[in-house]
Amino acid sequence: MIEQMSEPAGAADRPSPSFPPSLPGPIGVPAVQVSGVTKTFRTRAGLVEALADVDLSVAEGEFVALLGPSGCGKSTLLRVIADLETSTTGEVEVFGKTAARAREDQDYGIAFQQAGLLPWRTVAANVALPLELHDLPRKQRKERVAHLLDLVGLGDFAQHHPDQLSGGMQQRVAIARSLAEQPRLLLMDEPFGALDEMTRERMQAELARICAETGAAVVFVTHSIPEAVFLADRVVVMSPRPGRITGVVATGIGREVPRDDALREDRAFFAKVTEVREALHGSPVTGVGREER
Amino acid sequence: MTSTAMTAAAPGAAGLRSRPLDGVGARLRAPLQGMLGLLAVAALWEGYKALAPEDGVVIGETRVLPRTSDLAMPHVWDMVARLGEPTTSLPGAVPLWRTVADAALVSLGIAAVGWLVGTAVGLGLAVLMARLRIVELGLLPWIVLSQTVPLIAFAPVVRSWGARIEIGGWEWPPWLSVALIASYLAFFPVAIGALRGLQSHSAIHADLMHSYASGWWSTLRRVRLPSAVPYLLPALRLGAASAVVGTVVAEVSTGFLDGIGRLLVSYAGQASGDPAKAWAPIFGAVALGLVAAMFVTLIGVLLRPYRRGEAT
Repeated sequence: MIEQMSEPAGAADRPSPSFPPSLPGPIGVPAVQVSGVTKTFRTRAGLVEALADVDLSVAEGEFVALLGPSGCGKSTLLRVIADLETSTTGEVEVFGKTAARAREDQDYGIAFQQAGLLPWRTVAANVALPLELHDLPRKQRKERVAHLLDLVGLGDFAQHHPDQLSGGMQQRVAIARSLAEQPRLLLMDEPFGALDEMTRERMQAELARICAETGAAVVFVTHSIPEAVFLADRVVVMSPRPGRITGVVATGIGREVPRDDALREDRAFFAKVTEVREALHGSPVTGVGREER
Repeated sequence: MTSTAMTAAAPGAAGLRSRPLDGVGARLRAPLQGMLGLLAVAALWEGYKALAPEDGVVIGETRVLPRTSDLAMPHVWDMVARLGEPTTSLPGAVPLWRTVADAALVSLGIAAVGWLVGTAVGLGLAVLMARLRIVELGLLPWIVLSQTVPLIAFAPVVRSWGARIEIGGWEWPPWLSVALIASYLAFFPVAIGALRGLQSHSAIHADLMHSYASGWWSTLRRVRLPSAVPYLLPALRLGAASAVVGTVVAEVSTGFLDGIGRLLVSYAGQASGDPAKAWAPIFGAVALGLVAAMFVTLIGVLLRPYRRGEAT
């Protein structure tokens, strides 16, 4: 594994030999299987139904975007998959295991809207945190961290502290950290939500490249329609109160299509954006709206 | 003395992110300002002494400003000069500053032991309370209550209990009673500050560590203790000040003879014949507080990596 890791990043096709999936899973087992999940929060104002009867399946290596307005439960769904919340009813399986088991086995990597770096640790030490917690020997840890920082283009910033980095760079460190244990599943909760538009587009392109290199499945929470269409194989549209899945749109943009500015200008891309918007609003967008787009 | 130590503690509490200073001028600024402050106090003292009436200012029956006689307010230079003179008129007596310094060092040692014990106990209690909510609910009121017991009430009790302790050939030395009382004062700010600090880590960090299946102790070491440092440093400084105050007061109330507390009392008794002498142990006590505060500042320097501002 060490020799493979020392190969230059970015040179390989998917699935990248430089970044093999952690364990070969049984064929046909989905990365995520959510069946009949509901989640009810007890608040001072009474019971709040955050998720109502949600079914979702994410195949191995598939990129699924959860899209919806604020409060539609998309983050809650992600947290249930991550075992940061437990569902009130229903079942969640990650690679055929319970969510709790999958968390303990480190089957997923996670990134949040805030980078959540430890401010007293250097960039390298932040990325090393999960490896350190799981007792990877020092030498391998060092190599792995160097590789991950190269992957996100921060090789020269290993010894910097988070407060010396821009928001986008911090988020890249967080993504490197989420990839530390070569997970076959990435859970991302609006990771680019706090970034400016230009940084955001660049990060989207980078994430697409990284996903192509690692071959990991991704569950990506966002409230940006273009972001969802640009990145995902499938866009899962959710509605609030109670949070439920109201539509699923396959983008049809293959993994082999490079995620670059040309794609953002593409007519098929616009068509998909419109389709997702219609699914989100529950009615066809008027002809005028289409022209404008 | 209390106020000196507290004032020294305040800037650290407010300025967690100290501005980086560079250049010789900047490095000299702090000591220079300290000297200036000292001179200002001396000038105020002498100015009041020169301008105010000999008998102070009396309104009705109440004296609102003190007498300015040499007995009540010796000249600054007399007080300084007295430090260089022999402690007593006996032949071979050491200079006064030597006597004060020796006593202050004894007290410093006791205060240090008290501070260490208090800090250890305070940290232990904070970790315990952070671990179990039920312990926090049950213990915290008692910790607060503990500080309402007047020191002079239980100091003699501690001493008489201590005097009865004898394990094997080892006897409980009187200084340990003093240190114990000092630690009783010192543990309180540490326990409260550390608890607050241990609860200060962000929700994201908690989620992250949970996602790594990190155990409670591992999370304590890697996230909660480091994020507690900005709260801990002012607490340690307050604890150091409390340990010094506690030591001096406990020395007096347990009748401990070698420390600065005893000098404070006995020289005050000689003030009618030798007014400048009474101020020497007061200066000693102030220096004690300053040394304690400086020591904690040094700890702050060592822990500087943990005081970086939260990344945006």
